[in-house]
Amino acid sequence: MSMSDTTMPGRTYAPANGQTRPRATPQRRKRSLKHSKWPVLLLFLPPALLLFTVLVILPMGEAAWYSFYNWNAYGLPQQWVGWRNYQLIFRNGAFSQALINNGLIVAASILLQIPLALWLATMISSRIHGALFFRLIFFLPYVLADVAAGMIWRFVYDGDFGLVGGIAHLFGAEPPYWLADRDTAMYAILGVVIWKYFGFHMMLFIAGLQAIDKSVLEAADIDGATGFQKFRLVTLPLLGSTVRLSIFFAVVGSLQLFDMIMPLTGGGPSNSTQTMVTFLYNFGVTRMQVGFGSAVGVVLFVICVTLAFSYKRIFMRHD
Amino acid sequence: MTDIATSQPIDAATAPGSGRRLRTATQIYMYVALILVAVIVVVPLISTALGGFKTLSDLRGNPFGMPTEWQWSNYGDIIVSQRYWLQMGNSLVIAVLTVFLTLAFGAMAAFCFAHIRFFGSDYLLNYFLIGLMFPAATAILPLYIRIRDLGLVDTYWGVVLPQVAFGTGMSIMLFRNYFRNLPSELFDAAFVDGCGYMRFFWHVTLPLSRPIIATVGIISFVGSWNGYILPLIMLNSESRYPWPLGIMIYRGEFNTEWQLVLAFITLTILPTIIVFFLAQKHIIAGLTAGAVKS
Repeated sequence: MSMSDTTMPGRTYAPANGQTRPRATPQRRKRSLKHSKWPVLLLFLPPALLLFTVLVILPMGEAAWYSFYNWNAYGLPQQWVGWRNYQLIFRNGAFSQALINNGLIVAASILLQIPLALWLATMISSRIHGALFFRLIFFLPYVLADVAAGMIWRFVYDGDFGLVGGIAHLFGAEPPYWLADRDTAMYAILGVVIWKYFGFHMMLFIAGLQAIDKSVLEAADIDGATGFQKFRLVTLPLLGSTVRLSIFFAVVGSLQLFDMIMPLTGGGPSNSTQTMVTFLYNFGVTRMQVGFGSAVGVVLFVICVTLAFSYKRIFMRHD
Repeated sequence: MTDIATSQPIDAATAPGSGRRLRTATQIYMYVALILVAVIVVVPLISTALGGFKTLSDLRGNPFGMPTEWQWSNYGDIIVSQRYWLQMGNSLVIAVLTVFLTLAFGAMAAFCFAHIRFFGSDYLLNYFLIGLMFPAATAILPLYIRIRDLGLVDTYWGVVLPQVAFGTGMSIMLFRNYFRNLPSELFDAAFVDGCGYMRFFWHVTLPLSRPIIATVGIISFVGSWNGYILPLIMLNSESRYPWPLGIMIYRGEFNTEWQLVLAFITLTILPTIIVFFLAQKHIIAGLTAGAVKS
């Protein structure tokens, strides 16, 4: 890491126009083969290109192809069903629930997680002892595996042996079974999502706060702005790009959420906690419905790409 | 990355609102809030670790407190069991292979994109960046069929290669940006001295790239170590399961004995927690800055 001080931004000489290094002049190229760009291209590019094409791009293309078939993965796909798999998806109540749940996760992130993260970030960035310790603790859940976090919270939420049951017991109340109740299960999961990811968003905001020119805040001080006014009128607008980035990660993360759901509820009870990926897994993979599962994958792909493109184009154009 | 990695985040001079010393009331309110959140973060983890020392009936009556009788055998049995070490070993092998290939393939391709202009290079770069836009889960069924047809189902490679493939976009992106920001005088000087591309890559670029190697390495290691869906789909034999899959199996087996499950979870996340506390600066910086830049 020590190298970073001497070689990172600030001393950059790379031209910005995409034309990067000075190339070999024709004389030099003639002089020796080792100045030719072809050996290095032929040696350095193919591994990544081959692997990426075979295991990322081709499967995505095949998903589009398989999605028009009814196929159980053995032999060749022969039973062409047209758009039927897609019709089945959009008629499936569990899929609409999954869409709603993915939306809920994004909403919870914007309404609860990001404000929480921003609030903690401003506190940690201010003159306070133990800031490093709090930063460490808050980031810890983010490095744990989703599966482990889900399993730990399954214990926390357990009515008989877990912490929530213990608290209810303390007050002499009936133990709640939040994960087993279709009205509460999704909210319980949102709690785990926030618990696991707020520290990551907090770190984004801490980095964003560091980048703010403190002379602006001093100017506000001189003008007699209160702490809250400074935050609302100076800090927050200057953090705009960080907020947009943070929301972007929340959206992307929501679309991928799978590992954490499996130990918590597996998508149940009665499909109330499906996300798009658990839906794909439960309805496509476990039943080896390759056509149907691929169609779900294509829908997910379209949603991911559309959201990523339009979000970057609309909200992150100037960032 | 330097911003987060090398500067003190609590440095008062860079913090907003630092012009004035904080009032005591404000400080008290801040500490109360921070400690409250810290408690919510930590209590589930500590209760999990303590729960592993209890008996089931103790757990039922007393999920929060200290064990009435410390059941060291809960942990002891797992520590001496073959499955625990096997799963840790599997995870490690898969993660190390994934990191190595993600670094090697990514750095090599990124070197081409950073230094060499060739026919279609911009398009090719954008082609790799498509991979950043969707998760492996989208094409998981065709991916499984392809891995099966390659004969790699139920092997480490069946997990490693897709992980590398889906990490390529991130790796290329981060390496390329870094390589392009190295001083171009280096390249000119090396070139005049008769140094070819390959030697330049080995002897100049790579030694200067330790920070970015660390970033990409941390991102791909954490992703692989914690990964669940790819091993779940690609592996069948329990002897090859990495630990996230192992937790699920263990929970299925000891369904009614939470105390054992808790001990198992604690032991499986222990390496992560230890490494995190030892290398926290690098890990936090790698995971956040890496995410921002790719």
